[in-house]
Amino acid sequence: MSRILQSASERRAETHPLTWRLHDDQSPVLLDEYRGTQGYDAVTKALEQHTYESLTEEVKTANLRGRGGAGFSAGFKWSLTMKGEDVPRGYIVCNADEMEPGTFKDRLLMEQQPHLLIEGMILAGFANRSKQGYIFLRGEYHRAAASIQRALADARADGWLGSDVRGSGWDFDIALHTGAGRYICGEETALINSLEGKRANPRAKPPFPGQSGAWGLPTVVNNVETLCNVPGIVNHGADWFQALSGDLSSDGGTKLYGVSGKVKTPGLWELPMGTTGNRILELAGGMRDGLTLKSWLPGGGSTGFLLPEHLDLALDFDTIGKTGSRMGTGLLTVVADNQSMVSLTRNLEEFFARESCGWCTPCRDGLPWSVKLLRALEAGEGEPGDIELLEQMARDLGPGKTFCAHAPGAAMPLASAIHYFRDEFERGITRPKGEAHADPIPVGSV
Amino acid sequence: MNQTTANSTTATIASDAFSLDPVDREAILEERAHYPYPQAASIEALKIVQKRHGYVPDGAIPAIAETLGIRIADVEGVATFYSLIFRQPVGRHVILICDSSSCFLTDYEELRDAFIAHLGIQMGQTTADGRFTLLPVCCLGACDRGPTILIGEDLHGPVTPDEIPRLLEAYS
Repeated sequence: MSRILQSASERRAETHPLTWRLHDDQSPVLLDEYRGTQGYDAVTKALEQHTYESLTEEVKTANLRGRGGAGFSAGFKWSLTMKGEDVPRGYIVCNADEMEPGTFKDRLLMEQQPHLLIEGMILAGFANRSKQGYIFLRGEYHRAAASIQRALADARADGWLGSDVRGSGWDFDIALHTGAGRYICGEETALINSLEGKRANPRAKPPFPGQSGAWGLPTVVNNVETLCNVPGIVNHGADWFQALSGDLSSDGGTKLYGVSGKVKTPGLWELPMGTTGNRILELAGGMRDGLTLKSWLPGGGSTGFLLPEHLDLALDFDTIGKTGSRMGTGLLTVVADNQSMVSLTRNLEEFFARESCGWCTPCRDGLPWSVKLLRALEAGEGEPGDIELLEQMARDLGPGKTFCAHAPGAAMPLASAIHYFRDEFERGITRPKGEAHADPIPVGSV
Repeated sequence: MNQTTANSTTATIASDAFSLDPVDREAILEERAHYPYPQAASIEALKIVQKRHGYVPDGAIPAIAETLGIRIADVEGVATFYSLIFRQPVGRHVILICDSSSCFLTDYEELRDAFIAHLGIQMGQTTADGRFTLLPVCCLGACDRGPTILIGEDLHGPVTPDEIPRLLEAYS
């Protein structure tokens, strides 16, 4: 279980829309309590006052950007969904396949407040004219699965799911789909293939899921935290959502920020979008005694390394994007001064190499090759040209060169680690050219 | 004619070593009802079989294919893709050790090596008494508690090497 490190008395409905109901003892918020604290009010309001177009417009105006890491406007995504009287109703899929290294926020929301997610999905389903929702949950989240299953049953019994939702004449239901491993399932088209019971290889785009997604029908895929923001927007309006971040960011709302690594109190906090890294690190109590910060990842393993001097930047999509990194999931991974960047980069690339689905060549073959070079550098057995080769690989695995975003995600920490800490990589080069990789590489018999 | 051939092939393979438990068969058919097409239930079907047997025996693949009315190759393709579907026997308790960056930074390698030394097996292996299997796993999403491990459905973290003997006592 994950923990929110703000106590219940610090969290309020107006300022902490994602976490204000959470209990200090981490027990889940059940239906009665949820209903008694404005829960499902947004669905009632949407059914009474909104059309699917006006609901989409509200979320678009709020500028709710995708909290899974890409930062794409949720409302804009919804506006691209093919929908109308003459279009078959499709699917709203919640991407709950939280597996990005360093990310532990969706777990909190699903374990402790599943009704907020369900309410968000009902609203997203309404806005996209979906007939069915699926929560695609990673298989290892057993506690979240139990929490969601109970909440789905309770919500259905209370009329929020099923046929004729709360007497509105509108039908919509949600099913829980649990996965069986593999990081690539978090890529939205691979996720759709996995939902269909296939190998989780990504699909070519176009067509985009909004035109042809699960089983060929219009499909919207949104992250857990993104969907959990929707009820607040519907209840209080786009202006309220924008105001949550005040002058800190042009992006609206709050963000579940967090810190992991060797800090004094790792954890999660709901803070205004655009809060600085310094503030978040301060909440985490700073580095453990005797350690100083050398580098950090702003939001997962597929984001680029940054330096301590970047900690005073607003953590939002555009500001962090300008550094060449990405905000990603907004959960900081901090690196202490005694940590070898070569070893850490090797660990990250091992992860991406193992988790490649193998569909396209640059990713399938390039990532293991990068691991081989990094292991040599880590062991002090690199040879001249290895760093340049890694840099070339980072370029050749970048955006637009591969089938999906997996390899570009792997390239980002690799390129930035070399960029900021080149001297550490150079120290791994001890051999003359040709010696380190003298073993012939088998290419098959002729 | 094709159907007859397919059925007899399925029957031959399935009868070799495996028959689907009637309860599991019902559970698979119930899962099938959650989706517009039967193939979507294949991953859940594999998990149902694995829950009973600890892994997915070869004979289960055609049995699932037949139950869902889909191709054997599609079931096997899925069974060999997903890391939490085990295609060979594993121990009674599978220990998944998170090897992703946050746990790496909180010294998971030390913990992994301590597990290897304590159990006398390498990653990917099962103890001789069939009690434990050691496997790596993607970020377990509990990075505030790194290094983390998952034993069965139980998440543990942070775990230090000297806690291993006591921790494992609960898993007989």
